[in-house]
Amino acid sequence: MSEIRKAGVESDEWESLKAYTKARIALGRTGVSVPLRESLQFKLAHAHAKDAVYSALDVTDLQNQLALCGLPVYCVRSRAIHRDMYLQRPDLGRLLDERSAEQLQQLDSPAADISIIVADGLSASAIRQNAAQVVSGLVDKAKQAGFSLAPIVLVEQGRVAIMDAIGSLLNARLAIILIGERPGLSSFDSMGAYITYAPRPGLTDESRNCISNIREQGLAPVLAVDKIMDLIWSAFRLQLTGVQLKADSNAGILPA
Amino acid sequence: MAYSCTIRGFTYRFDSLRELLAKASPLRSGDALAGLVADSYEERVAAQIALADVPLTAFLNEAVIPYETDEVTRLIVDTHDTTAFTIISHLTVGDLRDWLLSDEADTVTLQQLAPGLTPEMVAAVSKLMRNQDLILVAKKCEVVTRFRNTQGLRGHMAVRLQPNHPTDDAKGIAASIIDGLLYGSGDAMIGINPATDSPAATSRLLFMLEELRERFAIPTQSCVLSHVTTTLQLIEQQVPVDLVFQSIAGTEKANASFGINLALLQEAYEAGLSLQRGTLGSNLMYFETGQGSALSSNAHHGVDQQTCEVRAYAVARAYQPFLVNSVVGFIGPEYLFDGKQIIRAGLEDHFCAKVMGLPMGMDICYTNHAQADQDDMDTLLTLLGVAGVNFIMGIPGADDIMLNYQSTSFHDALYVRRVLGLRPAPEFEDWLLRQGIMDQQGNRLSGQAQKQLYAALVG
Repeated sequence: MSEIRKAGVESDEWESLKAYTKARIALGRTGVSVPLRESLQFKLAHAHAKDAVYSALDVTDLQNQLALCGLPVYCVRSRAIHRDMYLQRPDLGRLLDERSAEQLQQLDSPAADISIIVADGLSASAIRQNAAQVVSGLVDKAKQAGFSLAPIVLVEQGRVAIMDAIGSLLNARLAIILIGERPGLSSFDSMGAYITYAPRPGLTDESRNCISNIREQGLAPVLAVDKIMDLIWSAFRLQLTGVQLKADSNAGILPA
Repeated sequence: MAYSCTIRGFTYRFDSLRELLAKASPLRSGDALAGLVADSYEERVAAQIALADVPLTAFLNEAVIPYETDEVTRLIVDTHDTTAFTIISHLTVGDLRDWLLSDEADTVTLQQLAPGLTPEMVAAVSKLMRNQDLILVAKKCEVVTRFRNTQGLRGHMAVRLQPNHPTDDAKGIAASIIDGLLYGSGDAMIGINPATDSPAATSRLLFMLEELRERFAIPTQSCVLSHVTTTLQLIEQQVPVDLVFQSIAGTEKANASFGINLALLQEAYEAGLSLQRGTLGSNLMYFETGQGSALSSNAHHGVDQQTCEVRAYAVARAYQPFLVNSVVGFIGPEYLFDGKQIIRAGLEDHFCAKVMGLPMGMDICYTNHAQADQDDMDTLLTLLGVAGVNFIMGIPGADDIMLNYQSTSFHDALYVRRVLGLRPAPEFEDWLLRQGIMDQQGNRLSGQAQKQLYAALVG
């Protein structure tokens, strides 16, 4: 028997097509199977996504960064105590735990135009990489425009709808939550922004607007701030958010 | 009506068929979220023991969602084929399980029985089955459909080529289509999930697919998975629509949350038929389903997620679909927590749909926040291949860059065809041979021929 040669991994003739898509095309093959190099690349991307899902928010670090905006920063929790509970009980992730609710209540916040909330969601990595930049941009622009701002709230194990309770306890006319999105293999660090006018418990997704894929390789944080501000202007002008408010509907409209 | 089971002197009572079905369900996170699961392992088995004794006729007398309030229930009741049901009308759910596994329940008998089974009967019997039971019975079923090729023949397994792109970029989509075709995928359909539901974007993609298919005389069909109302509009405007897509669920209220009802589906079905684009047959609806959709739209009426799912198959059955697809792990861990739950649900969905007479395929998939990985997908893929699944997904490298989830790849399809000796749809296989993409053995790739076809495709 002759010596076994290394398996001839066949590359594909159409590798040039990779220029047109991020999809995993022209992977080549050994037999009918994916070559090891590609198999390990896939595993690595999945590892990044899983690590993102189980990444914990470094609350103190983020709190310090956000405090640079000049607003008080409060840290709260949802009723989902740990990650597995968060993943299985989205209803608990939408509710503030009792102590957190009391804490916000006791602030007895004066009425404010905008409440900014940051939550880990499904990717604390996304928040770590993108939140501070977007928050500081938003605070600057909102202040310049003369909006009043509620204290910033950081939420652990939070779902989108937790913004309703927080915005309402802080007496805010509009709430915005920046939250880690469900990570994909090619984007484990995407942050989403949801905006709700007149936040109050019991609202559903049809009363919010969303801007997604906020990250350097997607919608860059600087651009995201402008998009969010556009939506905020529209929301105040129309006094609503949700399905009746379309992005860009307010292009060119100046502050009232 | 109440049902009960006594174990070691303790009597478990179940107040309704709905409660009994839910508590007899294998554990899954969605039912826990809905507060419908058995309180203990013992109660779950007690429910299964009680369920086994329920006569099948009980399902005709006790609706899990009232007839008056739900059009899916009305569809199930009004279209029940009592003649087909006759051969099993004297059985209990437990008897049905044993009969389905017996040699008497052969392919032809199962095909004749299908319209006599209601979704609740089928859901019930699946809850008494182990995974191997679900596979063995599904394997005996054969559901064949035709449009421009033939799906579901025993010994064949097709692939839906899914070339999604986050911005619907035509070149990006075309690149993935070429990759898929050259790996022998695309016989079930070339089906794109569009990034937006805009009629203009959908139309552009449909024309592009039409041109590609005609230029290379590919015996397949295309689909852009826009909302059925968008598709209807496009059909009116003479856009080349092959398959008509819609996501469906098992309750009227959940369907309403998708913006559809049975009348709208009927309208879309008839509009699709009016185009007469099928060359071999006129099955043209393409439905997607998945456990948890009724719960996520708060429209489950206290019915467990698997029973809701099987009710969706009754909706699908009314429109003679070309293919039905359970997107099993897409909805997330709050409904199916881990690989074990996804695998079980996948086998249940495939079994239940096949027994009801549907051309079932599966998007064997998971999201990154579920406790699952590609090893779990390999397991489910292999099991479904053994069970005779009509088709699976083919996505470049199993990574969908638009929907952000993982499914099965072109390579995965070749793997399962090879280990199980499965072949593509016959008309498509002839095309692969003519193009020299594959040889007579059915799964070996020929580099030289691929190179030539690639040159033709991009030239």
